[in-house]
Amino acid sequence: MKEKKKKHFSRTSFYFLGIIVSIYLILAILKPGLFYSCLFFSLRLFVRLIPIFALVFLLMALANYFITKEFITRHFQSSGIKKWLFAIVGGILSTGPIYIWYLLLRDLKEKGLGNGYLATFLYNRAIKVPLLPVAILYFGLKYIIVLTALMVIVSVIQGILINRAVPVK
Amino acid sequence: MDKSRFIESIRKASYTLYRMSPMILGIVLLVGLISTLIPKSFYFYLFRKNPVQDAFIGAVIGSISAGNPITSYILGGEFLKQGIGISAVTAFLVAWVSVGIIQIPMEGMVLGWKFSLLRNILSFFSAIIIGIIMGIILGL
Repeated sequence: MKEKKKKHFSRTSFYFLGIIVSIYLILAILKPGLFYSCLFFSLRLFVRLIPIFALVFLLMALANYFITKEFITRHFQSSGIKKWLFAIVGGILSTGPIYIWYLLLRDLKEKGLGNGYLATFLYNRAIKVPLLPVAILYFGLKYIIVLTALMVIVSVIQGILINRAVPVK
Repeated sequence: MDKSRFIESIRKASYTLYRMSPMILGIVLLVGLISTLIPKSFYFYLFRKNPVQDAFIGAVIGSISAGNPITSYILGGEFLKQGIGISAVTAFLVAWVSVGIIQIPMEGMVLGWKFSLLRNILSFFSAIIIGIIMGIILGL
């Protein structure tokens, strides 16, 4: 039972939170005024994030439902420009930790999929649809649209370069 | 709609948010500390309004940082509020999500070392280039 509990959170997260809480405690003892200023700032930020996280939760649940490993594998069978398109869309829509996808990508590589497509897929994992509400809250819609477009273009350039530099034997 | 798969999807999403909660709470508290304690002059000292240099510094900080992208959005958004330029903040965000120094050993073992190293090096430089282009497009 204890072992199961340990897996819920990463140790790093708890160490990090512990360090930050310790700093707050020290501040509360030495400089109570600053402590309250920091705490109120954080509370305001937290309240602002609550509705955004509700939306993030909904989008994550939908992505988990519709985007499966079988879905990704099936669409990588297409050819030419469709393969690039799928590397982009698959990367954007894929969810969960990156190491889950490494094994699937290795299988696809063994079946002859070029390294460049894998690189494009991995690069586009940086664009997270469920997290877009948070990104838009902070940076605005215009910024996110331009950034996403640039990242998609760069992902394909990176894929082409890697296809040339590390061809699949 | 497959009811059991839908429930499983909700369970996975809840678990992901639950797992992220200590880190998110820590980051929110850290932002409160940084925003209150560190004077704006420090950011102006670190980032000199030179888009290339600022994008490089942003990409270095983003590359050595790790964690959920939400963390980078919260930090990046607060950096912008502190007056740091778009080039630096964008390079920071892009490097955070695209350069995976921590994952290199696993990625290298599974997908090949040459592939993994080249991919991360290209991602680092592309973060700088995207930062500079964003700065030009949206104002320095």
